[in-house]
Amino acid sequence: MKPGTRLKSAACDTEVMVIRSGDGTIECGGAPMGEAKPAEPAPLSPDFSAGTLMGKRYVDADGKYELLCVKPGKGSLSVDGVALVIKDAKPLPASD
Amino acid sequence: MNIALLLEMAADAAPDRIGLVCDGKRWTYGDLLSAARGAFELIQESGAEYVALLDESSEAAVIALFGAALAGVPYCPLNYRLPDADLAALLDRIAPALVVGDEERVERIAGEQGHTVYARELFTLKTQEVWPADDEREYDPGQGIAVQLFTSGTTAAPKAAILRHSNLLGYILGSVEFGAAEESDAALVSVPPYHIAGISALMSSIYANRKIVMLPSFSPEGWLDLVAQEQVSNAFVVPTMLSRIIEAIDKGHAADLGSLRAVAYGGGKMPLEIIHRALDLFPQASFTNAYGLTETSSTIALLGPEEHRAAHASDDPRVRARLSSVGVPLPTVEIEIRDEEGRVCGPNEPGEIYVRGDQVSGEYKEKSALTADGWFPTRDAGYLDEDGYLFLSGRADDVIVRGGENMSPGEIEDVLLTHPAISDVAAVGIPSVEWGEAVGVAVVTREGHQPPSEAELKDLVRGRLRSSRVPEKILFTSELPYNEMGKLLRRKVKEVLAE
Repeated sequence: MKPGTRLKSAACDTEVMVIRSGDGTIECGGAPMGEAKPAEPAPLSPDFSAGTLMGKRYVDADGKYELLCVKPGKGSLSVDGVALVIKDAKPLPASD
Repeated sequence: MNIALLLEMAADAAPDRIGLVCDGKRWTYGDLLSAARGAFELIQESGAEYVALLDESSEAAVIALFGAALAGVPYCPLNYRLPDADLAALLDRIAPALVVGDEERVERIAGEQGHTVYARELFTLKTQEVWPADDEREYDPGQGIAVQLFTSGTTAAPKAAILRHSNLLGYILGSVEFGAAEESDAALVSVPPYHIAGISALMSSIYANRKIVMLPSFSPEGWLDLVAQEQVSNAFVVPTMLSRIIEAIDKGHAADLGSLRAVAYGGGKMPLEIIHRALDLFPQASFTNAYGLTETSSTIALLGPEEHRAAHASDDPRVRARLSSVGVPLPTVEIEIRDEEGRVCGPNEPGEIYVRGDQVSGEYKEKSALTADGWFPTRDAGYLDEDGYLFLSGRADDVIVRGGENMSPGEIEDVLLTHPAISDVAAVGIPSVEWGEAVGVAVVTREGHQPPSEAELKDLVRGRLRSSRVPEKILFTSELPYNEMGKLLRRKVKEVLAE
């Protein structure tokens, strides 16, 4: 998936922008995400329903995937069924 | 990835929040985004290949920056202080452009170059009126160049430094937390729009949802008044600005700085005396020193607030010395010091600063300056101490080479500045038959003091540094040449001393 690609959730309002990614399937709410929204919404999996937060970056344990949430929703993000976590960045003081 | 995403997200999350204040006029994020989309229409219609700004800071800078990004053409703010001939040459290099600003001047000096010119008022008005016929527009995906900045060109013709969407987004996404600002936060932007800090300030403030308060043209009084009037919480200044602000306070200009919580500074060497004064004058403010370059999308190293206060209060000379460092590299960039053979230097060993990271473009329109493995040689000289603090010692090109021995002007200047009768000093290489180059210094005597004797100054340097550092020529002058951003023009000092 090319950096800059926008993906939409099939199960909720979530939209992400790909910052970096591998070959796995990026999912939200348990359903694969795509560049267009499917005609029929997918059901929201209770295992992936913690929600996404605007402006947060989500990463996998290996640092292979990084997604920026540009629209929040009820689903949560995963790659091939493994949940992504919020990237913990130490806040920096404003420098400009 | 398009930098317009930053404004789109702010407008999505907080459409009615005030994003910018300029000359008393308030703009919400929603207003700014719709004006940027209006600018897209104007740019498309004009067929321009660049969007240039020839103006002081205003809302037009934000609208033009993001409008250009949506249209997929580089935004190129120009230095309006340049003489006509130089400016005409730059305009010619970006023709045909949509130019926002000084209409009369563009017509006069570049009337034949095919530009589309809008005065600021007309541009902001039109961008609010123009609206796409239908809502769906194909905006640029952001694979290309977002910003082009001409270097000041003191050595040769100005180089066109280019910053891609990916560089700028790498910087903002890596260093700013979305929506982190409080609704009461306000950042005062007083650097000119053609300076990288003036551009990155717009993007980082918008992404943090921190209101931008624009000072179109810097004056210390205007700065102090605006801080009080708009309850400014954050500000970025270059060293000359801070010293002029302190001077204005000393002269009795009313200063209500109660709202000011964070001051960041950079863009040149901050005299220690000024920073200690500022720490005393603004006890409630946190200070951050930022080091960066145009080619690195702004900041690459930071000295944070806690480190400032700790150094200011410490008796340990090593901790105190950190106040003259530029702090540690951002977590998202790597910094290395290399010697002339390209070998990586150890702690405290001086050399040239190299930097690598997503935000580092190191690219000019003419060619990329990056090494094969992605490092950018900054041409800045410096060293890292054993704790990883970065110290700058001037431009690599400013190093004085006397009989094969390299010396940085900074070490000689620092010693001379300890003399109570000296307020400013510049050390440069002057031609020497015997040594190739020798040390020459231009000295400014402090007001109310007698100029010290040459012998006294030579003894001072001899007592602290190796004898090779002792100046061979000393010139007393009323002031040193600086550009409008407070950068010392060493070349001019050199010319005068070589005479």
